[in-house]
Amino acid sequence: MMPQASATQGDQHDMTMTLRVNGEEHTLDTQSDTPLLYVLRSELGLRGPKFGCGLGECGACTVLVDGRPLRSCIVPASSLRERDIVTLEGLGTPQQPHPLQQAFIDEQAAQCAYCISGMIMTAKALLDRHPDPDDETIKQALTANLCGCGTHLRILRAVKRAASTLREATHDT
Amino acid sequence: MTPERSWTKGLNPDLSRRTFVQGVGALAVGFALCPAVLRAATIDNDVAGVDKTTLAKGAVDAWLVITANNELVIYSGKVELGTGVATALRQIVAEELAMPFAATRLIQGDTELTPDQGYTAGSATIQQGSDPMRRAAATARRLLIQRAADTLGVTPDRLVTEQGRIHRVGEPTRSVSYGELIGDDQFTQRIDESPAFVDPQDYTLVGQSVPRVDIPPKVFGNFVYMQDVTRPGMWHARVIRPPTVGTTTIAATLESIDEAALPAGVQLVRRGNFLAVVAETEWQAIRAAEALPVTWLTRAGLPRPDALYSSLKASGASEEVVASRGDAQSALSGAPRTFQAEYHWPYQAHDSIGPSCAVADVSERQATVWSGTQGVYPLRSALADLLGMDEGAVHVIYVEASGCYGHNGADDAAADAALISQAVRRPVRVQWSRQDEHGWGPKGPAMVMRLDAALNDDDDIVAWQFANWSPTHTTRPSAAQGAANLLAGNLALGLVPDGPQIGGDRNAPVEYAFDNYRVVTHWLPTATSPLRPSALRTLGAMQNTFANESFIDELAFAAKADPVALRLRYLKDPRAIAVVKAATQRAGWKGRPMPQRYLQIDDKSVAGQGMAFAQYENQYAYVAAVAEVELSVRRGVRVRKVTVAHDCGRIINPDGLRNQIEGNVLQATSRALKEEILFDHTGITSLEWGAYPLLTFAEIPEVEIILIDRPEQPPFGAGEPTSAVVPAAIANAIFDASGMRLRTAPFTRERLSQAFQALG
Repeated sequence: MMPQASATQGDQHDMTMTLRVNGEEHTLDTQSDTPLLYVLRSELGLRGPKFGCGLGECGACTVLVDGRPLRSCIVPASSLRERDIVTLEGLGTPQQPHPLQQAFIDEQAAQCAYCISGMIMTAKALLDRHPDPDDETIKQALTANLCGCGTHLRILRAVKRAASTLREATHDT
Repeated sequence: MTPERSWTKGLNPDLSRRTFVQGVGALAVGFALCPAVLRAATIDNDVAGVDKTTLAKGAVDAWLVITANNELVIYSGKVELGTGVATALRQIVAEELAMPFAATRLIQGDTELTPDQGYTAGSATIQQGSDPMRRAAATARRLLIQRAADTLGVTPDRLVTEQGRIHRVGEPTRSVSYGELIGDDQFTQRIDESPAFVDPQDYTLVGQSVPRVDIPPKVFGNFVYMQDVTRPGMWHARVIRPPTVGTTTIAATLESIDEAALPAGVQLVRRGNFLAVVAETEWQAIRAAEALPVTWLTRAGLPRPDALYSSLKASGASEEVVASRGDAQSALSGAPRTFQAEYHWPYQAHDSIGPSCAVADVSERQATVWSGTQGVYPLRSALADLLGMDEGAVHVIYVEASGCYGHNGADDAAADAALISQAVRRPVRVQWSRQDEHGWGPKGPAMVMRLDAALNDDDDIVAWQFANWSPTHTTRPSAAQGAANLLAGNLALGLVPDGPQIGGDRNAPVEYAFDNYRVVTHWLPTATSPLRPSALRTLGAMQNTFANESFIDELAFAAKADPVALRLRYLKDPRAIAVVKAATQRAGWKGRPMPQRYLQIDDKSVAGQGMAFAQYENQYAYVAAVAEVELSVRRGVRVRKVTVAHDCGRIINPDGLRNQIEGNVLQATSRALKEEILFDHTGITSLEWGAYPLLTFAEIPEVEIILIDRPEQPPFGAGEPTSAVVPAAIANAIFDASGMRLRTAPFTRERLSQAFQALG
């Protein structure tokens, strides 16, 4: 049996909903069963979250919902009203990069980088809960995020570097 | 406008000629002399604002343009696939022209803008692809110096180039920029055959770890991947294909479609067995494709999975002697001790995390196709055939997609989009599903490798005979094959893919100086290959090196010799010897016969070390790897560490090179331990990551790398060579740890368990 995305089951109908993404409210007309990923990419034009499998297996589509990592390809957007949704674009900008983004640049932690948005979002959720994770903790947190290029070692280093930057920033304040 | 924006060519009309067209001076360097003054660009994607199709025969042949703004635009037929070449190529060209790196731009893969450099494949971008760009840069530098000499009334040897400017020796403060020298003139120059290059000792950019230009936009979500391309009025399509998933020959016929089940607003496109739904939103198209009742008549044509390897050997094959020395046959028959082993490698998929995607806009007269293809020109030829249009009417634009590691579904998605757009006369985006990519993308071919060797009483290897069975590793789109090498062509027109015999013999020969030596490849007909074969990273080099480098360890075991010492006895090339010594010394190689032990208790965890060596394609990069594994029959194999010594000649970007080597090690470990495409009598059954798992973070080895830089030597590619040696190093380490010789990949827990049972 081939896994089916749960979002493809059941009825669908057109509906209007309001989503809070990267701190902004968006009112959208969409089909009730449309996964969050398609709303983020097609309706809001966000490029951070990626389509990888549509099955919740690879993690490329990961976004944060109320601070927790969520696979946006299998959860209908309509179930996420009133929630805080954050994508890669919501973390930082070239002018004000989030320490994770800066760390991925500093460590050159990318090849094709298609998986990187999901890696950074998953790592963000980890560092929010565990500011000082050891290697094993980071690996466990990221182990369901797939990378085909084999950039894992650099990603690991980048997450550690970001954790260190974030801890220093906390001490400074 | 940052340099990174050139990555978004074709996507942002504001990047167009507006800034550059009027009266702009420029110097273009190409292969032909341009008789006419360069015309203003007519192509939106161009940033230099010069038309490079005015040259001889109308072919695009300009490699670089220096504008009056002192900007260097490089036109590369080779494309960035995520390996960092977009940065490395700019380093090479900027170095020869003494331009600041930041003043360079790279336009890549566009049939109206960039020269035809075939496919970006085979680790050949730096190795061969950079050569014309480097020569063009050296030519431009000579020309600019001459122009400055004429202007200033001095001889060229009194002038120095630096940071895009020229000054007299000893007068760096009084300099003129290249752009000022060019002024309002527009002129072209033919590439010098053998221009004077910068002395490697004077390099300031080449050899430096210049940060990759594409990484910042990628971590901020600003980067435009193929999957992000949109066009005004664009609709979304999904192709509905038969149950004979991934077979070379489509053994299915579309029987019936219940069109009444089609939701309102969804269009159906049908041509032969090619069936697609098109809708305004992607989700509508996905839902419509899932819901549409379609029945197919299929013929089961695949061998039983457990008979795959014997069926490959039984397929009618043409035999090619790849290498021969002495008389291996006689030496084998006359030797006191002979050894045989047969090794098997399964079908494997490309591990692209993002399934293939393409956008096409086909009107009656003109087709524009955006694709993550590795070859815009060959794809253009194939698309022209599929669409029934002239090549000149088809414009293919490369946009970087998820890493492809070879011929994945990128070209097929482009053909899907083109065919559907031609039918519905609007821009169409086709995003393959995960199941499409796993199932219908071409596969790295399954192969059989058989080795025979003989030892004399002194434990010398007196005969070495290699034979393998392989289809071609290239059924990429081409002018010769036309629509036949596009999946849409197979479905719509009933064509069967084929290709020249390539890749099955890659690294079948070895670098060991055996006196009696013979290497034979049995080429299997493409049409009889159960699954559609094509290029996957290393082509056959991983399979063949797995066999060769496992077998020499088997001979070392028979000879009770240290496998490294045995290799060194037959290696003559100092660069080969250097990497073997560097890797083994760093890894703390003990220099003892293997195995250390035989596994006896099934829940005990044991560790071992194994090595492998290859020179890629027997002429390029030298790589030696030492793998350290830990295993138990209950838990399977875990690779703890891989130490790599790597010599690819002149290193362009050391950190980029390390990134590639690390990636090769991890991906090859994944392929060696886990990856196997499964199928039943109808088609492929490994249709998602659960059925085709990749190495995860919890399983990654540590990687230690020794780079041997040879600035005076030509640069060799590094995108593949390390992958070739890793599986054999792991297999040899498994043997060292346990006494179990695994000759069939992947080395899963089940295989380990079977080998353990077989030990008795």
